[in-house]
Amino acid sequence: MLKYIAKRIGLAIVTIWAVATITFFLMNMVPGGPFLSEKAISPQATAALEAKYGLDKPLPQQYITYMWDALHGDFGDSLKQRGRTVMDIIKMKFPVSARVGGLSVLVALLIGIPLGSIAALKRGKFLDSLISVVATCGIAVPSFVICTLLLYFLGVKLRLLPTIGLSSWKNYVMPVLALSFYPTAYIMRLMRSSMLDVLGQDYMRTAKAKGVSGILILFKHALRNAILPVVTYVGPMLAYTVTGSFVVEKIFTIPGLGGEFITAISGRDYTLIMGTTIFLATLIIVMNVIVDIVYKIVDPRIKLK
Amino acid sequence: MKQNPISFQLKLNPEDFLPATEEEKQSQVVMRESISFWKDGMRRLVRNKVAMVSIVVIIVVMLFSFVVPAFYPYSYKEQMKGANNLAPMEYSEEEQARIEAGEKVFPHIFGTDKMGRDYAIRVMMGSRISLVVGLIATGIILIIGSAYGSIAAFFGGRVDLIMMRIVDIIYTVPDILLIVLLSFALNAPLENLKNAPGFAWVGVVGKNLISIFIVFALLYWVGMARMVRSQVLMLKESEYVTAARALGVGNGKIIKKHLLTNCIGTLIVTTTLQIPSSIFTESFLSFLGMGVAVPLPSLGSLASDAINGMNTYPYLLFIPALLISLIILSFNLLGDGLRDAFDPKLKN
Repeated sequence: MLKYIAKRIGLAIVTIWAVATITFFLMNMVPGGPFLSEKAISPQATAALEAKYGLDKPLPQQYITYMWDALHGDFGDSLKQRGRTVMDIIKMKFPVSARVGGLSVLVALLIGIPLGSIAALKRGKFLDSLISVVATCGIAVPSFVICTLLLYFLGVKLRLLPTIGLSSWKNYVMPVLALSFYPTAYIMRLMRSSMLDVLGQDYMRTAKAKGVSGILILFKHALRNAILPVVTYVGPMLAYTVTGSFVVEKIFTIPGLGGEFITAISGRDYTLIMGTTIFLATLIIVMNVIVDIVYKIVDPRIKLK
Repeated sequence: MKQNPISFQLKLNPEDFLPATEEEKQSQVVMRESISFWKDGMRRLVRNKVAMVSIVVIIVVMLFSFVVPAFYPYSYKEQMKGANNLAPMEYSEEEQARIEAGEKVFPHIFGTDKMGRDYAIRVMMGSRISLVVGLIATGIILIIGSAYGSIAAFFGGRVDLIMMRIVDIIYTVPDILLIVLLSFALNAPLENLKNAPGFAWVGVVGKNLISIFIVFALLYWVGMARMVRSQVLMLKESEYVTAARALGVGNGKIIKKHLLTNCIGTLIVTTTLQIPSSIFTESFLSFLGMGVAVPLPSLGSLASDAINGMNTYPYLLFIPALLISLIILSFNLLGDGLRDAFDPKLKN
């Protein structure tokens, strides 16, 4: 077990390093610099700024300096937003993304698990077909389509909900719905198939034969086993809700990290690009590792390699 | 001879050794002709109504995006004067005058956009781009993934270990982050390449499209590689592989001729299910403004352009949005049908 955990963590560190390295060199491939777009700036001033942030040094040296500082938790100052460190910006923007993403994960689990189980219990009935059709369609619809449809019907036509910003709870409804749409559909399908699998197991029949009540069988035997595949999906789902929120944040003008990342790239704000990439990548990778390890602990049938 | 009541000895009569009669021989004749892998799969596929409907939908969409534009009276970049923001089936004043003069004017089925371009042809061109991106990207993924996966599995041992660690790393890389970054980073080198002699085709295809293909080639083949690897790991223990090796067939030929042809079912299914996910990603990128270059439309960029005018011209948004969902849905359902028909083991 310890060996497995050590291996997973080792791999995660290599991955984070790889992502950081790729990002560093890719971003320097993008032509233009952080100080080019500003108007009326003299060459001397540009040179001074570049010297201040160490951009005049050769690329390998910049890389080593950056990685060394990052290793010590110093992600530098933003090149564009003067007087703010990258960490400040992340600390300010991330809670917004996390709130929307976390709520969507919650919604997806709360809707997806019960509906998927119901579909499996009512196999072949109308309710099963209905849920399956909804789930299949849900997977096929890109997030921007959902966003725009919600925005049009709830926001523009019916004027039920505000369309911009995040000032009250009402603002959260549409982004959370849009973001949770795909994971909900996916969990419904996952839950249905794993529930069907569990319902056909011998121990279910044994429990029934022993006269265990229906509700107890459902909660104690069926649900606990059927929920395992959903646990593995929670990691990638969190990744999806954090990164997939690029579109949602753009459409609903939410001041989150996804939007910040895109502005940073178009503004060549090197330190901010690196900071957000490393932060998001670490978050996603750590989530995946935790889920993998938890999964192996929860389900002893899976052999540790 | 007295028979022991609990003996296992066979009781044979001389009649048992008589030659079979014609009637008895008949029962051994195979009445049905033998069914090949393809025929069997196709039979199951044809019986699957959902998959057949999806095929029809895909064919209709393909006809409209590849054939119809050639005969269509409008072009996707032609801006008509005074024909801005027409509602579906509406005519501009100039066209109205021409109709009154007895001329025949082809209607704008979906109206026009704010630049006065016929929207129906733009939607058709948009779905053409989406389909082309989906198919080519999937082709790239198929080639890289199957080659990588089969090589890793075939050689096994340390080769497999190192190759699959690389796959693990790419698998955990947050793809959307890198896609966004790559499509920005590749912009300039491709621009330079376009001006280099012999590479004018880069400009024709569009540098954003090429960078999308490169992104797919770099990141998305890992799922396919894992799938192929697990199949080849199983297949390489088969007798025919041992036989081929005993006959002195080279490694490359064994992989190509024996291993990959035998996991064709998995390859077909995984490829079909990859197409919608490629289209999905392309539309996502185009929606964020990193996809195809103007004036070329893609379903994602059409939807993105229409958002600002959503209040007044909602149909400009709904048509591409629904079409992209329909295309992805049909490919998904077709993939499910193919899986049930060709590779039922894969279901879980």
